[in-house]
Amino acid sequence: MKIALVEYGAGNLPSVERALARLGADTFRAPAPEALADADAIILPGVGHFGALMRQLGERGMIVPLRERISRRVPFLGICLGLQALFSASDEAPEDTGLGIFPGRVAALPPTAKLPHMGWNQLERREPARLLEGVPQDAYFYFAHSFAALQNSTGPGHAEAALCDHGGRFVAVVENGSICGVQFHPEKSGQAGARLLENFLRLAQSESQSNRAEGRAAQ
Amino acid sequence: MSLARRIIPCLDTDGSRVVKGVQFIHLRDAGDPAELAARYNREGADELVVLDIAASRDHRPTFLETIRRVAAELAIPLSAGGGIGTLEEGQAILRAGADKVTVNTAAIRRPALLTELAAEFGAQAVVLAIDARRDGAGWRAYVRGGHEATDLDAVKWAQEGVERGAGEILLTSMDRDGTRKGFDCELTAAVSETVSVPVIASGGADTPQDFLDVFEKGKADAALAASIFHDNLQGFGALKRFLAERGVPMRVSA
Repeated sequence: MKIALVEYGAGNLPSVERALARLGADTFRAPAPEALADADAIILPGVGHFGALMRQLGERGMIVPLRERISRRVPFLGICLGLQALFSASDEAPEDTGLGIFPGRVAALPPTAKLPHMGWNQLERREPARLLEGVPQDAYFYFAHSFAALQNSTGPGHAEAALCDHGGRFVAVVENGSICGVQFHPEKSGQAGARLLENFLRLAQSESQSNRAEGRAAQ
Repeated sequence: MSLARRIIPCLDTDGSRVVKGVQFIHLRDAGDPAELAARYNREGADELVVLDIAASRDHRPTFLETIRRVAAELAIPLSAGGGIGTLEEGQAILRAGADKVTVNTAAIRRPALLTELAAEFGAQAVVLAIDARRDGAGWRAYVRGGHEATDLDAVKWAQEGVERGAGEILLTSMDRDGTRKGFDCELTAAVSETVSVPVIASGGADTPQDFLDVFEKGKADAALAASIFHDNLQGFGALKRFLAERGVPMRVSA
């Protein structure tokens, strides 16, 4: 199974790459749409500014191909800003549009707590999720962000598998069939983060197998 | 469920080796940065800071290589800096594998640097390091590794730094640094209650009680120390259990 890491200048790509290498995953960097064709699964790492991310993806001609792969159920994991990119827009860059997989809008965290929300926090589980299998209930994950998808912003029928709270409840883990996203950085979250990435690899394996089986049946 | 306070070991390096000193002088060798990083990552540190305290341009490539070696050992966040003066130098630090870049002297000389870094990499990647020394009723900010006084009030400078783009303050008490007399809780609280971003307290750590004090009285979001960890005087597990038992939110499991 080959996993594409979308390359657009995100600072955390090398750490995601290293974390996956420790798990024995076969990854490659995908700086252009053509590279996505070979991918059994796609990871969009992200850190920084929503507008910068969407503009970078736009300049590389990646927006339509990414949207198309995600809709065709190629297993996808968005990390931090990569999760936010799944939404239709963000208050961080109101003039830019997101991938629009989820109809909601990313908003600023309420300034009642210190921002950025920076450090290790726990999750509030809402739905069973393969991504969180074997992850202890009280596990901590590393967050570093000021914007987030607030609770119930993914839209009806989309599983907000876990929330986190920092001045207000926001989406920490989304798992919607093959479409996954996490607001924290699993690549910086010690053993709990490694377990989550391992779970994604397993999820991707089983999703891509069932995609292939369906493809054969359709022929 | 709440945000855990962080325990952060710091590696002061001469570019390639970890060094130790008292109040910024009398340096001696304290080990290999990558080896220490691997140990702290394994033992439960929440984050790591690596600084180039010599920070001469000649050996910058050596320090970048050190960051690469350290980052390869970590599954926790890494901040790095020392002598960073431009956007390009900051970018090199992040490209080498750091998640955040710390700036100090250059930000005082040219505060727009903070804005430039935040615009490019996001505020969460920009740490403003402030070296502060007691001066009358307040604290004065120092630059060049504590060698040179500025005319800036440390608390006001922290506030301005945040307005200009810093996403975190690394606050070192020069009066306490290397003394093992405990953190300067008064300084830490003054900054933490003024700024809207997390504050990392540094300088003077010795006992678990010192950490408890800086979280409770100093309102610190994170506490940083070097020699007590390098010399094995304090272990992360025991320290974090001590704090957790006293009600400080801590990530106790690795």
